Amino acid sequence: MTTETPSQTVGPFLSIGLPWADGPDVVAEGTHGEFWLRGVVRDGAGAVVPDALVETWQADPEGQFGGTFRGFGRCPTDDEGRYGIRTVKPGVVAAPGGDTQAPHVDVSVFARGLLNRVVTRVYFADEPANATDPVLSGVPADRRDTLIAVPDGDGYRFDISLQGPHETVFFEL
Amino acid sequence: MSVHPPLLTPAYKSTILRAPAQPPVLLPHSLTELTAPVLGEGRVSTEDGDLTIWDGGEAQGQRIIVHGQVRDSDGRPVPHTLIEIWQANAAGRYRHRWDRHDAPLDPHFAGVGRVLTDAAGDYRFVTVKPGAYPWGNHENAWRPAHIHVSLFGQAFTQRLVTQMYFPDDPLLAYDPIFNSVPTEAGRRALIADFDLSATVESWALGFRFDIVLRGRGATPMEAA
Repeated sequence: MTTETPSQTVGPFLSIGLPWADGPDVVAEGTHGEFWLRGVVRDGAGAVVPDALVETWQADPEGQFGGTFRGFGRCPTDDEGRYGIRTVKPGVVAAPGGDTQAPHVDVSVFARGLLNRVVTRVYFADEPANATDPVLSGVPADRRDTLIAVPDGDGYRFDISLQGPHETVFFEL
Repeated sequence: MSVHPPLLTPAYKSTILRAPAQPPVLLPHSLTELTAPVLGEGRVSTEDGDLTIWDGGEAQGQRIIVHGQVRDSDGRPVPHTLIEIWQANAAGRYRHRWDRHDAPLDPHFAGVGRVLTDAAGDYRFVTVKPGAYPWGNHENAWRPAHIHVSLFGQAFTQRLVTQMYFPDDPLLAYDPIFNSVPTEAGRRALIADFDLSATVESWALGFRFDIVLRGRGATPMEAA
């Protein structure tokens, strides 16, 4: 094994290098079942984070990866800390050990002040399969709601708190 | 000990309100974590690997070639993966509305590039050496010259954003971001080597920066 290259922060000027015009479009406009996954990124003082990048990775509606489904979205936050990803709901995905996982989206957040990305997951409030999801079950019950996107407007809302009383659950990979 | 910096590194002040305070929850790897987007040719043109020509003219500064190999910590090359870079210009100024540093913008330098690694995991950019620049972290704080580098790898677990530094930079000793890396070997891995064999006579200096992503089978305990 050779030493991994360590992570470093994206710094405040990540929007020079990382945004794409079609970054937020996991699916093209007009795709059947499309919706917006929107939210605000906040710091430990409750201030919005205007220099973050939110990336998403998910299965297609059948729970598959690969093929023509891009699966990937990326959106920098705006001056109000907001991001938005145009996507569709993923299907159920197999879990290690033969169980299934509820529909979910893996999320990476990058920002000035984050020396490495932080990783979280989006689940959907209207999915009965959440009740038996092995990952959600492993999260302390009083913090599980930080992983649940709720129906709102033109899709779902998923706010991210990097720190503080409603700190989002982040995962170690 | 992980090679990655602790998220809370108070010497880098922006971490204080942004580093999560709760311990992370272990996420067993399922297909979602073992797969990654395929972001290929459609996103990258040949010109995207040369940052020295922009808006009809040539950038100011010391022309350099940055090349290397992307592999994983098991030693396997990572072919056909997207590398994105961004950087300040030769005077230490970013083309960004928030950068107020009193140094000139270069009308022919955007500071953004993209390439794909080839079948052997090798990559190559042509750019100019970025300047050092002041930042407000502490008194007389200057960032060492660096290039931001972003990689996807072949699994969600391999995603990496880092910074490449230059050898013999006296500012490295004072930089809390560079020094957030907890091991000497890790800090060393962030510094490119001057590479005479990649240097092109009468044209550009060569630097080699190999990048090692996490092994695809690594668990958190092994990912060091």
